[in-house]
Amino acid sequence: MNAVVAELWPYLVLILVGFLPNEMWRAVGLVLARGLNEDSEIVVWSRAVATAILAGVIAKLILFSTGALATIPLPVRVAAAVCGFLAYLVMRRSVFAGVAVGEAVLLLGGFLFAH
Amino acid sequence: MAAPRTFISSSSSAFFGGVKSALTSVFVLVLMGTYIGIGALAHDFGFASWWLALSTVLVWAAPAQVILISALGAGATLFEVAIAVTLSAIRLFPMVVALLPLLRGPGTRLRDLLLPTHFTSVSMWVESLRLLPGISHERRIAFCNGLSVGYMGTAVTFGFVGFYLAAGLPPLLAGTLLFLTPMSFLVSTARNARAMVDRLALVLGLAIGPVLTYGQVDLDLMWTGIGGGTIAYAVHRLREALR
Repeated sequence: MNAVVAELWPYLVLILVGFLPNEMWRAVGLVLARGLNEDSEIVVWSRAVATAILAGVIAKLILFSTGALATIPLPVRVAAAVCGFLAYLVMRRSVFAGVAVGEAVLLLGGFLFAH
Repeated sequence: MAAPRTFISSSSSAFFGGVKSALTSVFVLVLMGTYIGIGALAHDFGFASWWLALSTVLVWAAPAQVILISALGAGATLFEVAIAVTLSAIRLFPMVVALLPLLRGPGTRLRDLLLPTHFTSVSMWVESLRLLPGISHERRIAFCNGLSVGYMGTAVTFGFVGFYLAAGLPPLLAGTLLFLTPMSFLVSTARNARAMVDRLALVLGLAIGPVLTYGQVDLDLMWTGIGGGTIAYAVHRLREALR
């Protein structure tokens, strides 16, 4: 019994804290399908909150890395992110250029300085 | 750039037309890169590959999945993870509201709208709003479902690719795969942040998030979002008022 619970637990967690809290906003949209302007104040605020959370997660993944990424030193990870972002700005806001340059700097720095 | 309205003979051909539109759009490349990164992340934090596939099908929002995987993997409480996921998902609400009028016709039943509602995510939403006006009303739901299945199938497949690449590669290369997620989300979030309020929220989130984590503040993701987002919003309102 306990083995079954232990096996299914990650899937229960996925439904409880992944699926339901995410899906409820789609359901709200289906039920309250009256027009909500993209520029309405609550939409502007909620977009800012979502952006800030995602930004926080991005920064944590770069600064407090785990596993394989943690074998590449912190200064290399930060330099790669900065170079990638600069490349994105310079290359007329190209996401591809940003990712490609960031990855290239990380690979080079990791090759030279990895633990 | 709406295409001229095309006549599609059956629902199944509309569905496969949607799948084809998905697989030939630029979003498919974005999804490949994004889900290779998420697959590597899931492997790194010790999740099973089938768990990741199920999360792609059920959650179907890359930012929420990144938050879910990294927060659970870092040992956050279930309450904290649920709050962070739900705050990241509020944006889905106005997207569904904008999409459904395009899909609804005189004979549309509520249950016909359940799948398109679940499928609503950035890539599908942008392409649906662009392509649906060129498709006859009674075929739109089938087309939209086909489009979404094309995107979701790509995401699930490349989640597995990233997962098993991360498992098999030496640490340096696995590290570069893991770096795909923060790097691609950083530039794509910056690209999506057209208004000043969104750019400010991005900068504040990048600054506040690590500080709260370093200070081991409880519910750090929630406070990063609510704090950073509300400050950005307040600055935006102040600027509007002073104009």
